[in-house]
Amino acid sequence: MSGLSTFTMILEGLLAGAGVTVAVTLASLLLSVSLGFLLAIVRQFGKRRMLHALIDAYCEIMRNIPALTHLFILYFGLASIGFRLSSISAAILGLGLIGGAITCDLFRAGFAALPKGQAEAALAVGFTPYRTIVDILTPQAMRIALPSLGNYAVQLLKDTSIVSAIAAPEIMFYARSMVTSSFQTTLIYSTVAILYLALALPLMRRSACSKPGTRG
Amino acid sequence: MNPLLSVTGLTKSYGAVEVLKGIDFDVAAGEKIALIGPSGSGKSTCLRCLNFLEKPSAGAIHLDGERIGVRLGRPMSDRQLAPQRAEMGMVFQLFNLWPHLSVTENVAIAARKVRGLPAKEAQELALDMLAKVHMTHRADASPLELSGGQQQRVAIARALAQKPKLMLFDELTSALDPELVHEVLKVMEELAAEGRTMLIVTHEIAFARDIADRVLFLDGGRIVEQGPARALILSPREPRTQAFLRQIRH
Amino acid sequence: MTNFIQPYADYAGEWLPVLLEAMGTTALLSVSAFALSLVFGLLLALCRNTRWRALRRCVALYVAAVRGVPLLAILFLLYFGLPGIGVTFDAFTAAVIGLALAFAAQVAELLRAGLMAIPAGQREAAFAVGFTPYQSFTLIVLPQVVRISVAPLIVTFVSLLKDSSLASLITVDELVLTGRAMATEYFLPLHIYLAVGVCYFLIAWPFSLLSKRLAPPAAR
Ligand SMILES: Nc1ncnc2c1ncn2[C@@H]1O[C@H](COP(=O)(O)OP(=O)(O)OP(=O)(O)O)[C@@H](O)[C@H]1O
Ligand SMILES: [Mg+2]
Repeated sequence: MSGLSTFTMILEGLLAGAGVTVAVTLASLLLSVSLGFLLAIVRQFGKRRMLHALIDAYCEIMRNIPALTHLFILYFGLASIGFRLSSISAAILGLGLIGGAITCDLFRAGFAALPKGQAEAALAVGFTPYRTIVDILTPQAMRIALPSLGNYAVQLLKDTSIVSAIAAPEIMFYARSMVTSSFQTTLIYSTVAILYLALALPLMRRSACSKPGTRG
Repeated sequence: MNPLLSVTGLTKSYGAVEVLKGIDFDVAAGEKIALIGPSGSGKSTCLRCLNFLEKPSAGAIHLDGERIGVRLGRPMSDRQLAPQRAEMGMVFQLFNLWPHLSVTENVAIAARKVRGLPAKEAQELALDMLAKVHMTHRADASPLELSGGQQQRVAIARALAQKPKLMLFDELTSALDPELVHEVLKVMEELAAEGRTMLIVTHEIAFARDIADRVLFLDGGRIVEQGPARALILSPREPRTQAFLRQIRH
Repeated sequence: MTNFIQPYADYAGEWLPVLLEAMGTTALLSVSAFALSLVFGLLLALCRNTRWRALRRCVALYVAAVRGVPLLAILFLLYFGLPGIGVTFDAFTAAVIGLALAFAAQVAELLRAGLMAIPAGQREAAFAVGFTPYQSFTLIVLPQVVRISVAPLIVTFVSLLKDSSLASLITVDELVLTGRAMATEYFLPLHIYLAVGVCYFLIAWPFSLLSKRLAPPAAR
């Protein structure tokens, strides 16, 4: 068998998982951005001390424990007490909950970067606090947070590879099962790297271009 | 007698733009020279070429008979230039103090690392130099805690600690609040009185008149006029010098 | 609730020593990989600023490639893939190298940002007093870069510590793999993975707090 046809065969095998990889990425991105935005709004503009403390605790727990551990708790741990999640829902839920803490920080940084005068000016012309947040502050904060959200999306896409550890049938899962039935390990994992890079490239383009020139 | 510094045919271009178009002058030991001229005339560039922070496009610079920046017909690297630069003390418009070091450390570090003085001697030297600029009371402060005038005086002390043959001053007061200008000028006057050799770029015409022996008027990358400070400033001969001085006095 | 806590009380004596040992492995793995990535990263950052264009390009390419490839793929390639072309590492070494290769790119970007944040005048002043380029870098530039970068570097270390959990998938006996083995032995996965989570938290949280303490205030 020629090298090229082996490569094509491997690629075809991996592409069977690409759909799940993309779906898990998108679904957990959606979950984490919605959750993160909500948390950021409450944390930034809410008045309840108790709620602030809860959100901070949530973020710290998510930030300081590996995704793999979270996934194992959700998938194996919950199943053992009779709460069985499918591997894909555990993956989406786990990555989404972690991402909620990450994007919460990104949105908060966006809000924090706005000059105080923005809110004051809006209130001065008669906006309610709610409309100030929705119409004046949020669009600006979004724009500031966008590049780091792009970076987060790239990271998330890569992180989906670990959900193969709970048997979600994505790219890495197919790679690992292919490895057991053939001896082309080097080629298979190189192809995996290239495939992820190809998926990440459209997301990376933007953030790479937004950086200043290459000379220091 | 040989001059301490001699500059001949100094030319500097950035791409196609010729900023210095052939500068010649000498500085005798102990002489104080003021370099004046409109903004963009090339004063800073000229000063920075002297210690090769900018590489001249052509021309020769000799300090005490030694060619600066060229050895055996070949340009010297920054590493080779280091001992030559150490002979000239330069003070910048924006001070450029090192924020991670204390005031004393800013002054002492080169004495240790360049001249190899033991730590204790370097420390004493630094305190002596800080006394000269009246900054002993802030010796342990961080540069970030100082006013602009204070930072500039520390920067002067840093240059003095090099025991340089020649001091290069690039508009020390133009980044300062007006009320801080005179404390820096006073220090410079005191240094001048010690008989140091100084090359001073300045916009303070009255100061130049009082402190300098000679004034060079630079415009468009050339020395348009030069002469004894008082005479040149009170009765300039060249129309461009007259226009510049009139405008600055408005 | 008491029901849920009970296994911890019952097995504390058996679990604690095992988990502590695994924490040690995780810590050793993370610290070694981080030290290596600091060295790599500094080299990459310096290469990124040289005047040799080809070198700058190569480093930029490396950084971009590592940004787009999952760590797990790098680890599998090193541990399972390289033996196919005759290069063999033990699992721990492969994990250290893989983590270091991946995080060196992040470290390089951080340090490069730090280098660019130092005004040119700092180096000029260093040259003016007679420092050599090497002295200017080590005495004047690098200490300031370190000061700027230390908080983000600690955040990077916490990320690396968490990602060291992936080493379990190439058979390194760190916290997660130890947890898996315990989970099959005691048949208490929820209890054990929660305990594993707590172990990570105990290592990572102090660093997270430290990074916040060291971060410069947003507005200067
Ligand atoms: N790195 C550079 N690249 C291109 N042009 C430069 C560079 N540095 C200086 N110039 C140009 O050289 C000319 C002389 O600049 P220089 O800073 O020497 O003037 P100056 O007399 O010191 O002015 P000022 O009084 O404003 O400080 C200016 O027109 C400036 O734009
Ligand atoms: Mg100037």
